[in-house]
Amino acid sequence: MDGNFTAMRQSIIDGAPENASVLASQALAQGHHPLEVIDNGFVPGMTEVGQLFAKHQMFLPDMLAAAEAMKAAMAILEPELKRQGEERPVAGTLVLGTAKGDIHEIGKTLVGTLLTANGFTVHDLGVDVPPQKFADKARECKADIIGVSALLTTTMRGQRSVVEALQRAGLRPSVKIIVGGAPVTQRWVEEIGADGYAKDAIGAVSLVKSLLAHKLTPAAVTL
Amino acid sequence: MRPKLELLDRTLVNRILGEALELLDTIGAKIGSVEALEFLRSAGARVDGDIARLPTSLIRRVLDLAPHDFFLYNRAGEATVHYGGDDVYFDPGSSCLNILDSESQQPRPATVADLVRMVQVTEMLPEFAAQATAMVCSDVPSQIGDWYRLFLVLWYSNKPVVTGAFSVSTLKVMLDLLAGDAGGVEYLREKPRAVFDVCPSPPLNWSEFAAENIIQLARANVPAEIVSMPLAGATAPVTLAGAIVQHTAECLAGITIHQLANPGAPIIWGGAPAIFDMSTGNTPMGAIETVMLNVGCAQMGKFLGLPTHGYLVTSDSRQIDTQAGMESGGSALLGALAGINMISGAGMLDFLACHSIEKLVMDAEAIASAQRLISGIEARAATLAVDSFAQTGLHGDFLKLKETRALFRQEQHFPSAVIDRGTGASSPDILTRARGRVADLLRTYQKPDMPQQRADALLKVASRSARIESFPGLELVTSSHA
Repeated sequence: MDGNFTAMRQSIIDGAPENASVLASQALAQGHHPLEVIDNGFVPGMTEVGQLFAKHQMFLPDMLAAAEAMKAAMAILEPELKRQGEERPVAGTLVLGTAKGDIHEIGKTLVGTLLTANGFTVHDLGVDVPPQKFADKARECKADIIGVSALLTTTMRGQRSVVEALQRAGLRPSVKIIVGGAPVTQRWVEEIGADGYAKDAIGAVSLVKSLLAHKLTPAAVTL
Repeated sequence: MRPKLELLDRTLVNRILGEALELLDTIGAKIGSVEALEFLRSAGARVDGDIARLPTSLIRRVLDLAPHDFFLYNRAGEATVHYGGDDVYFDPGSSCLNILDSESQQPRPATVADLVRMVQVTEMLPEFAAQATAMVCSDVPSQIGDWYRLFLVLWYSNKPVVTGAFSVSTLKVMLDLLAGDAGGVEYLREKPRAVFDVCPSPPLNWSEFAAENIIQLARANVPAEIVSMPLAGATAPVTLAGAIVQHTAECLAGITIHQLANPGAPIIWGGAPAIFDMSTGNTPMGAIETVMLNVGCAQMGKFLGLPTHGYLVTSDSRQIDTQAGMESGGSALLGALAGINMISGAGMLDFLACHSIEKLVMDAEAIASAQRLISGIEARAATLAVDSFAQTGLHGDFLKLKETRALFRQEQHFPSAVIDRGTGASSPDILTRARGRVADLLRTYQKPDMPQQRADALLKVASRSARIESFPGLELVTSSHA
């Protein structure tokens, strides 16, 4: 089985959804437990992709392809997990969106894709999202973290509005807020009372993991 | 389409060549070597004292003999540099006395340790197809200074080398070193690893040393690179076109001597032409007119079907600053667009008086951009955009497309961390980033494998030629010779 774990890991690194999906089906047919396959086969691939990206040996299109491969594997493994009456321990639940008045999508979507590939549940509200909508969705899905993206100095203020909306809704003690986008700095994070920011998508995954460290299973903290 | 820069129209090319031929036929060239004068006389030149007047028919004849292209080989015997056509390669600048100290950023005399570091960094950078004997080391006795540089380069590198001798006797040592490195004289003739710069003195003077140097190189079949250096306004006519006439004539005289000594031996139409600055008396290597001279001179060489060389990617600034980046980056782009086969000069500052390893890694980024530029804009798929839109519509989701992943590496060059592309970890100042890059490259450098026999051969030549007890810079040597 070790050989197949290596092949699974490689299918993620190669960004090959077809291979990932075939390998997942084969593993189930051989009677392996879906969680074992996820944690020992596919997750290490995603971890390595993150490391290669940080070293500038892989790039955004490679990362997205890896996430697609991860999705293909999970599409096979998750139904089986459910059928057995189990669930993959959720690493955390996030609500993402771009601030009111801002229609920039790529950065936020990339963060969502990578978080999903790393085992987080992500609810993406899209772009131009009013502050109250973030709060409503967070309450509805019992989110751990809200992520607000803003690409413009003018729409950055919308990130503060989300913090305020969450305070009004009484959710601030239980929900962390992270912000992202080109103009965002640590100083801005402190000024608006958010919990953190990252310069890029990989940094965002690390940030989310560190904020939720108390909730995570050991396998998921490796990135 | 390969983008290409030419500065001379056909009429001007013909006028430049016509006047160069007329100069050689009427005024003639000063030749300091008795042997060279004898070659020229017996081939039909009119020799009067040390002046040789070369008939156009003789020059046309030798131009037919000179090869249009040749290869340089690395130590492993692989052809890695093609001198000819519009292929473009870069090597660091040569033979400088000072180095900009990495810590203090002040110039000081270069040492063996500096040269070894520069060779190691150059070895690691794919932007440099060849090494240069970049510095004259102040801690080595001056009488062995020129060949000892080559010895160190051969010791620490596998790449081809652009070098040069300071005297006829040391040229012999350098050829012996190269033969030892190649595994024998016959291999050196067959697969040359080094080219030797040979410098006529402006105007139109092939000194005794320069002429004998080029004759010896021709006989050894080791490529000779003519580095003609007209200074427009001082030792050459003030106009750029006039200085190019002189460059053409100096090269033609050198090629004539060279091809008469050994017809068909490899020869390069090269140079380090510059303007003479009328306000300071300096020779600014970063001036746009100096770049234009290099481009124009190379165009003449190409017109005659010869391999070409130029001296660019240097700056006159005395420190790593915006001027250094502007002059070096701009001339890298223009030299590449001109299709100059070997462009020497990277790393240099202060009118070629000072080298800097930090600048070398910065220049490598300019060179990589220049190389990207000349690879041009290409149609890489059946449709340019329509198929992509067919898949993603107006969603703007191109990042996820298979063809994005398949093609982005061909389309985009990824610079090293010397270039600030906005990652959180990078320092805001380029000197700090360049120092980091140098440290990374030195840490990952590994001395290329050299068969023990070749190492022994190098050490044997060095022991024989230098009456010194130890070899500075070879701390890693374990052979019994050291």
